[in-house]
Amino acid sequence: MSLQLLFDALALGGIYAIAALGIALIFGVMRLVNFAHGQFIACAVFALIVPSTDALAVLGLGALPAPVLVPLILLIGAGLAVAAEALVFRPMRNASPVALMVGSFALGVALQNLLLVLYGGRPKAVSLWAELGQPVQVATASVPLLQLIVIAAVAVILAGLALMLRKSRLGLEMRAAAEDFTMARMLGVRSNRVISGAFALSGALAAVVALVLVAQTGVADVRMGGQIMLVAFIATVVGGMGSLSGGVAAGLGIGAASALLQAGLPADARPFRDAFLYGGVILVLLFRPQGLFAPVGAKPRV
Amino acid sequence: MTSQHTIRRRMAATTPVLLALILLAFVLAALALGDRAIARMAAETLIHVTMVVGFWVFVGNSGVVSFGHAAFGCIGAYVSAWLTLRPDMKATLLPGLPEMIAAADWPVLPAALAGGGAAALVALVTGAAILRLSGIAASIATFAFLAMVNTIWANWTPVTGGTSSVVGLDRYVTPWVALGWAVLAITVAAVHAASASGLALRATREDEVAAAASGIDRYRHRLLAFTLSAFFCGAGGALMGHFIGVINPDGFYLSLTFLMLAMLVIGGVGSLSGAVMGVLALSIAVEALVRLEKGVTVGAATFALPPGSQEIILAVAMILILIFRPAGLMAGREVMLPARWVAGRASRET
Repeated sequence: MSLQLLFDALALGGIYAIAALGIALIFGVMRLVNFAHGQFIACAVFALIVPSTDALAVLGLGALPAPVLVPLILLIGAGLAVAAEALVFRPMRNASPVALMVGSFALGVALQNLLLVLYGGRPKAVSLWAELGQPVQVATASVPLLQLIVIAAVAVILAGLALMLRKSRLGLEMRAAAEDFTMARMLGVRSNRVISGAFALSGALAAVVALVLVAQTGVADVRMGGQIMLVAFIATVVGGMGSLSGGVAAGLGIGAASALLQAGLPADARPFRDAFLYGGVILVLLFRPQGLFAPVGAKPRV
Repeated sequence: MTSQHTIRRRMAATTPVLLALILLAFVLAALALGDRAIARMAAETLIHVTMVVGFWVFVGNSGVVSFGHAAFGCIGAYVSAWLTLRPDMKATLLPGLPEMIAAADWPVLPAALAGGGAAALVALVTGAAILRLSGIAASIATFAFLAMVNTIWANWTPVTGGTSSVVGLDRYVTPWVALGWAVLAITVAAVHAASASGLALRATREDEVAAAASGIDRYRHRLLAFTLSAFFCGAGGALMGHFIGVINPDGFYLSLTFLMLAMLVIGGVGSLSGAVMGVLALSIAVEALVRLEKGVTVGAATFALPPGSQEIILAVAMILILIFRPAGLMAGREVMLPARWVAGRASRET
């Protein structure tokens, strides 16, 4: 039971961490709280199926073999995010963070309704990699294969990103931009390249979340990105706005907390799990308003 | 001689009067057209005025965007429903209500006030926590609050009816009732904005550090505005429930949040007139789009927009406004009488 719980917590926390990273990356470079991230996820999900308003989903791209499909969906996610940046956020580059946030909210609504027009409002059944649902015996726990793959994939992605941020030129520029954007530009960091790069990465991460969600739930729903985006926001705030490692840690923590609550709460209170979670988050913020791992640069200077 | 300051105060005092007159003209025009659909649209618009003006009391003065005000509408609507539904209906629909509420059979006006009051109380408690946070973190915490209220309402079935709707609310909200509430909201918002607390709050919006250095307690003024604004959002939610006659938690979730934000941003968050004008402009635009979605016949051909395009067009309009006219339609200005009309005789002689 406890080992089972550990796997549940790791898989859920891993997904939350990936989603939180997608939001923290963009916040880091341009102080934008991206409310459209959930819709990036939903768009990547719907890219798998052929547009129609029928209840039965026909796999379009989703029927491709996985080695082709995964990079393709990641590319679609990245492309969508870069296009959104060029069309919406670049013209607003000098706007206040609040205006940017409201703009991203509007973009999210536009994308969601675009999906509604193209695909209809009803959730659709999608069977993507159904064979991954079979359980595997690990020590005392029987764990779905998918969960193991998710945990491994999250570990690889986090390690790869950490390496990229530490070693590559783009990574260095991104970290510099997150620290102090104006200063970084003065020292020769090209802002458009860094921001586009951050959006591309963020979109690709959204596509990862989308693939996992579809494989796990077997459903494509226009609203499916919303809940996970909310958790990701909370993770970035709890982790300290702009701190990538903080966001990842908080995402893992929230995933673990909700897996624990799911197992530990009495059955009557279980539907309210998320309410407890959000309440807990507000409590954490009361004691550490700047987040648990606030970067030094996050404090506004006079 | 009338001082510059007195003139400014008199000018500011004309704003709520003029806004109320504009809304009155709007209602009269809508009723004169004699169309039932238009009269309903007018009532709905004025309910939105009540809510968005309430929303502006906090967002406009403090500069902190809140995503949680739709939740106050939800609380107000359900409290009013709990208090006004017939006790025998409540026994079957909502068996989990406490004895006292289950037996209540209140008139509609006290119930709407209680709805606003309950929302204000919740705002006082949650605001005490959320408003300790600074700008963006506070906004996200209000979003968490919205999701929290929605989760509770959608799952606490014996008390709220869960995701199935609560039906049978007394539909008493005519354009005139809504006008009364809208004018009340505008008056209170104008009085609050002109008060010392409103001024202090706008000072923190402009420069947090300078305001703190001048001895302004940001937290206290924000909390007052948050509570006041929740009252009108709650009352507006109650009106909305009694206007449609059916309430359900998802009616007070993201789409209402988006609509209220869009109205405020398009009108201009910097002024009370912006809030009111944003609601009027957007309501008229939405009405036109809804008619276009149904189809317009020109000669032999019928043109219709695909369903769902209304939200897309609104969202795109909102983005365009944010890019090209970030201060909104009113750009922070108020509707007010010119200085020489209110200056009085003494100043005209000098």
